[in-house]
Amino acid sequence: MVTRASAPHASDGGPDLELLSSTARRLREDIIAMTTRAASGHPSSSMSAIDIMVALYKGGILNLNPSHPSAPDRDRFILSKGHAAPALYAVLAEHGVISHESLDTLRVIGSPLEGHPNMRRLAGVEASTGSLGQGLSIGLGHAFAGRLDGHGYRTYVMCGDGEMQEGQVWEAIMAAAHFNADNLTLIVDHNGAQQSNLLPRVIDYRPLAAKLRAFEWHVEEIDGHDMPAILRAFDSVRAVKGRPQAIVAHTVKGKGVSFVEADWAYHGKPLTASEQVRAFAELRGEPAPH
Amino acid sequence: MSASTTPFVVSPGAATRDAFGIALRDLGHSEPRIVVVDGDVANSTRTEWFGQVFPDRFFNVGIAESNMVGVAAGLAASGKIPVVSSFAAFLLCNAYDQLRMSVAFPHLNVKVVGTHAGISIGEDGPSQMAIEDFALACSLPGFTVIVPSDEAHTHAAVRAMIAHEGPVYLRLGRPKAPRIHEAGSSLEIGKAYQLRDGSDLTIVACGLMTAAALEAHDALAAKGIHARVLDFPTIRPLDVDALVRASRDTGHILVAEEHLAHGGLGSVVAMAVGSHHPCKLGYVNLGNRFAESGTPEALMETYGLTAPHVVEAAVKLVAK
Ligand SMILES: Cc1ncc(C[n+]2csc(CCOP(=O)(O)OP(=O)(O)O)c2C)c(N)n1
Ligand SMILES: [Mg+2]
Repeated sequence: MVTRASAPHASDGGPDLELLSSTARRLREDIIAMTTRAASGHPSSSMSAIDIMVALYKGGILNLNPSHPSAPDRDRFILSKGHAAPALYAVLAEHGVISHESLDTLRVIGSPLEGHPNMRRLAGVEASTGSLGQGLSIGLGHAFAGRLDGHGYRTYVMCGDGEMQEGQVWEAIMAAAHFNADNLTLIVDHNGAQQSNLLPRVIDYRPLAAKLRAFEWHVEEIDGHDMPAILRAFDSVRAVKGRPQAIVAHTVKGKGVSFVEADWAYHGKPLTASEQVRAFAELRGEPAPH
Repeated sequence: MSASTTPFVVSPGAATRDAFGIALRDLGHSEPRIVVVDGDVANSTRTEWFGQVFPDRFFNVGIAESNMVGVAAGLAASGKIPVVSSFAAFLLCNAYDQLRMSVAFPHLNVKVVGTHAGISIGEDGPSQMAIEDFALACSLPGFTVIVPSDEAHTHAAVRAMIAHEGPVYLRLGRPKAPRIHEAGSSLEIGKAYQLRDGSDLTIVACGLMTAAALEAHDALAAKGIHARVLDFPTIRPLDVDALVRASRDTGHILVAEEHLAHGGLGSVVAMAVGSHHPCKLGYVNLGNRFAESGTPEALMETYGLTAPHVVEAAVKLVAK
């Protein structure tokens, strides 16, 4: 088990962007391998979120000691879009909170790596999710507790853009602004697709950033696959006082594998064994196998 | 159906959610008042098949279950027959207050269809598994609660549900369900279906557990224990007469269901038998726990919901 508590830094003192990007590429392979082996799961939803999660855990943003994943003053990351569990497990393994071998047990009976994250069974999982819409409220509770206990930790919550259709999310958005929860950051994986169709064809509530601003949140809008932009956005939100912050990350569902990117209907579908071979070749920049 | 001695051979029929999708689409032609309300899962619940034929009568309101149920209530109050459908877990648990206040209290003609019920959905795990939906639906005054065991009975259940005036909860599953009833069978709300006769005990079952009960019947017969098997596609209203007869004739009733111990078929059967004709009772269910991720087969085995578990419980019960 390789553990690395602090961020990888290039010689100039900043995070090593190339290392972060290559880590994200490798974790995309983990996501695909895990779900293909399990013959179920949500690889495309995991691949749209993985760059942001790598930036958080490996870019020096999230203060989380892998040897003490429940330290009271740790930063919290809540994956509200729980179906992207493979991305969370991959990054927890990369960070050394869980073993890399355990990824092979995704969705196998007896394994704590359930289809959706279960905080009672797996270290590093901050909330049991899978029913969409609940994570931001839980994050707000952590933010309140941090304030009460005088801890300086921050709570990050990632929601899907389809998930933002749940009313509960907006109840939490209202409350967080009212209570000036500046220790709370919402990240929206805005990939423009949900389960049954593209988001604009289901309930088109765009533009999202304007709505969050209207609720008095500080909002950063970025390309969720641009590593320097992701890191800059995390730096900016940390400096905000008096208000909760949102990062609206424009992403591509299935990012990194062209045939998955091209078809929203990959939602909730693992790749076949031969698709996995093609996907790995593409991720590695190798010629497509015959 | 009369007593039969043909051994039960598991022949896979369609999943009950698939049968629902077809039946609903077909009924859309003859019943123009049917309107479907979806919450971004029509490709899982199969209401997309209705939506493809009747796009004007299909509303996907997004991932917003409480809103879905409220919209259905308004449609019903304006004379439509709304069919509001999502995973049973999200629909009943996320929108329970709306089911209570906007649908049950005014007794509106809303059809609530929950798919992916039970632990047999498998790998997606506990967050997606409804294991408390019978208890929740039976706690809504005036609701009819239907749980078909196979494809044929699902077709019949959808017809009965639409013809019925008043709120209905229909529970459906994800995996293929073994064939139990003949194609074209009817389903009368409030009636139990006797699939096998026997004098030593009665196995009362619903949903996927009916197939397990039939398999258990054969295994028990080999041990010299003769079981009556009753399929209970309606949990509410309950066929009390069939239970009284079972109690009188066999003296032991074993209730098998893919649900928590509390508040499901076992609870309502115990209450009915207790007040009308007490006898010895046994239960096969999930107990008081969440399951986990795994293959449907591994979960049913680990959480005690297979034919051998029914056999074991039956042997214990008749020895009492
Ligand atoms: C309350 C609830 N309703 C429905 C679902 C079924 N479901 C799982 S994922 C999904 C689509 C999610 O879309 P989005 O939030 O955009 O996430 P993405 O996969 O695009 O990242 C749906 C409807 C659920 N998990 N929870
Ligand atoms: Mg999305």
